[in-house]
Amino acid sequence: MAAVIEISGLTKRYGVTTALDGLDLVVEQGEVHGFLGPNGAGKTTTLRVLLGTVRADAGRVRVLGLDPWSDVPELHARLAYVPGDVSLWPSLTGGEVIDLLSRLQGGHDTARRAELLERFDLDPTKKSRSYSKGNRQKVALVAALATDAELYLLDEPTSGLDPLMEQTFRECVSELRAQGRTVLLSSHILSEAEALSDRISIIRAGKVVETGRLADMRHLQRLTISAETEHELHGIDDVPGLHDVAYDGTHLHCTVSAEHLGELLTHLTAAGVRTLESHPPTLEQLFLEHYGNNGSEVRADG
Amino acid sequence: MADTNAGTGAMLRLALRRDRVLLTSWVVGLAATAGFSAAATVDLYPTEESRVQAAETINASAAVVALYGRIYDPTSLGAVSMIKLTALGAAIVGIVMLFVAIRHTRAEEDSGRLELISGGRLGRLAPLTSTVLLIAGASAALAILTTLANTAAGLPFAGSLAFGLGWGTCALVYGALGGVTAQIATTARSARGMGLTILAITYVLRAIGDLAEPGPSALSWLSPIGWNQQLRAYSGERWWVLVLPLLASAVLVGLAYTLRSRRDLGAGLRDERPGPATGRLATVGGLAWRLQSRVLLGWSVAFALFGLILGSLASSVDKLLTSPATKQFFEAIGGMSRLVDVFLGAEIAIIAAIAAAYGISAADRLRSEEADGHAEPVLATATTRARWASSHYLIALAGSAFLMLLAGLTIGVGASAALGDWSQLGRIVVAALAQIPAVWVVTSLVMLAFGWAPRLTTAVWGLLAAFVIVGEFGALWHLPGWVMDLSPLRHAPTLPVGTDGITAIVVLTVVALAISAAGYAGWRRRDLTG
Repeated sequence: MAAVIEISGLTKRYGVTTALDGLDLVVEQGEVHGFLGPNGAGKTTTLRVLLGTVRADAGRVRVLGLDPWSDVPELHARLAYVPGDVSLWPSLTGGEVIDLLSRLQGGHDTARRAELLERFDLDPTKKSRSYSKGNRQKVALVAALATDAELYLLDEPTSGLDPLMEQTFRECVSELRAQGRTVLLSSHILSEAEALSDRISIIRAGKVVETGRLADMRHLQRLTISAETEHELHGIDDVPGLHDVAYDGTHLHCTVSAEHLGELLTHLTAAGVRTLESHPPTLEQLFLEHYGNNGSEVRADG
Repeated sequence: MADTNAGTGAMLRLALRRDRVLLTSWVVGLAATAGFSAAATVDLYPTEESRVQAAETINASAAVVALYGRIYDPTSLGAVSMIKLTALGAAIVGIVMLFVAIRHTRAEEDSGRLELISGGRLGRLAPLTSTVLLIAGASAALAILTTLANTAAGLPFAGSLAFGLGWGTCALVYGALGGVTAQIATTARSARGMGLTILAITYVLRAIGDLAEPGPSALSWLSPIGWNQQLRAYSGERWWVLVLPLLASAVLVGLAYTLRSRRDLGAGLRDERPGPATGRLATVGGLAWRLQSRVLLGWSVAFALFGLILGSLASSVDKLLTSPATKQFFEAIGGMSRLVDVFLGAEIAIIAAIAAAYGISAADRLRSEEADGHAEPVLATATTRARWASSHYLIALAGSAFLMLLAGLTIGVGASAALGDWSQLGRIVVAALAQIPAVWVVTSLVMLAFGWAPRLTTAVWGLLAAFVIVGEFGALWHLPGWVMDLSPLRHAPTLPVGTDGITAIVVLTVVALAISAAGYAGWRRRDLTG
């Protein structure tokens, strides 16, 4: 598959602060790529470099094979963007903003627009100044999603949306993927990226620290196990790869790296397992691995 | 009231923190302007005889009386030295306070910042109360500093106190006016426009009133700037006049409170009606026009009205020449037609400075669109930076040119009708059009700042103020020629425009284009900023 976004060694400084510190990112064609990181990690700056509104200090950036700084009209005709902080012209109605932005983009599908307004339950006759944050977000989403683009850059697109609309948004992204379009979805909402993304990249302090399929990442990570056994467990401390063990006679709670799961199960079976719960790591846990309380990076030892 | 004003102290401290440089420099700068002008005039007119002569020349010229008012005691050094600052200075004081009041009320609501802090223990009226206190404090500081500056410059204390209090109370009235327009308008921009329009009307009212014979007519008494003149600092002070601005301020502040109590945060007094569900806007040019056309329409109406009024004043020029000596003097330098030319030329120059103000505000839209986050979604479409910037910048250039054309036509029609001489129309229009390149040079400074130092675009307002002040007071202050030549407005050819003016027009146009190009170059290479 061809790469739609290729970034290597991207660096951006604002005075003495380094916003992006040698960031590498590859987004393949047709994938939904989750771009995860907490506030201030550099997600928005990366997206702005991809849009050409901010200039890179160093590094190579190609989007759809083009240079985002110098090939603006050619590139932008092929992508759609939803900003993280949507600010609209107060005197224009939502409908006017949607039509303007999609026309400036080059494409305008009336039926698709009407369908999206319906699905997002947005009143297009209201002046922008009277919209709530969620409704402003919907205006930007409808404008972007009504556009026929190859690449969609979405910067925390669900901020301000209620859970119902978040569901609608997820459906829309799934449809985009089904149509073979590429989506870069920046988010700090882990469940959202988890539900939508083919691959994710985790950004921390201006660098991508982890990238890959969620399944592959999980492989590296520990499972959370809760078990109750008939007899008392013996020799549990000899099982390699166990962590966070809370052990109370017949009750066990621990985490285990995937390759040692078999050994743990052997012990549990021997003790007559009664109940067993196993959770794959959530993104929250992946995240915490990289953002420990002390801020230092902790790697799984598995 | 205690509840609704909770948090006023904290809001006032916030306002002082935000304005510590801006407001301080305006107050100190205005007081210093008065002091320097006073000191300069003390040297300029050492004898009573020289003062009387100067005062009679001023009173005899309709142009000067219309712009600055009359001197009521020709023997008074203070009256002669403060003539320009009594009306024009008061107007600048008024504009500053108007903007400060709106900056801390409506502009804060627009930005959503007020909503942010309204969640705290903040009374509904606290932002307005803290702004009123800020304005009152700044007005008092201005009154005190101006009194001290003029006294130190060698003018009598009583007159200086009257002059200082005159400015201070003017500051109060227009600050309070800003508090009112901030409640009526739905955006800070329209609140400023409304306030400036009212200020301009009050200025023109006193101009017409002052031109009436004899002395000021009732129209001058309808204007806070007129009150400041009728206070007659240095000309037998009439202290009771100070009651008028104080009373007006109290009424305006009361009105602002009443209006604020009746509306929601963020809303104007007028209701929002639903708009079209689909839009016809399809280009960035269309968007810029949509955002700016109503403002331009407002300016056009104001320019047309002012032009007609100023033009029709041309016929009163000769009526003022009561003294045979001055009449003889003017006839010696070229006769009545020359005098009318000087009058109209001075008016066109003032109008050009106002058109430059439009150019600055229209071009500054680039920065406000960027800072408000409105530029980003547009630049994320297939629109290039140059094209987006041009959409607003061309409106600034074409709009200011259109305003000058309008001013030329209306002044021309007004003057021709008043003088009964329609040969005036063409040459007046040409004289107005000849100012356009100078106006463009001022406007292009906004583009330059936008390209290289976007946070400094509003500093061009300060430059315009400096250009106007240098033009008005440069000679008085004995500024070196090269300092005065820094003002582009000084280089525009004046009435009558002959072939020698063409060089200036060409050079100014080239300078405007070069500065614009430099601005574009900076804009193309810099990051978008918030």
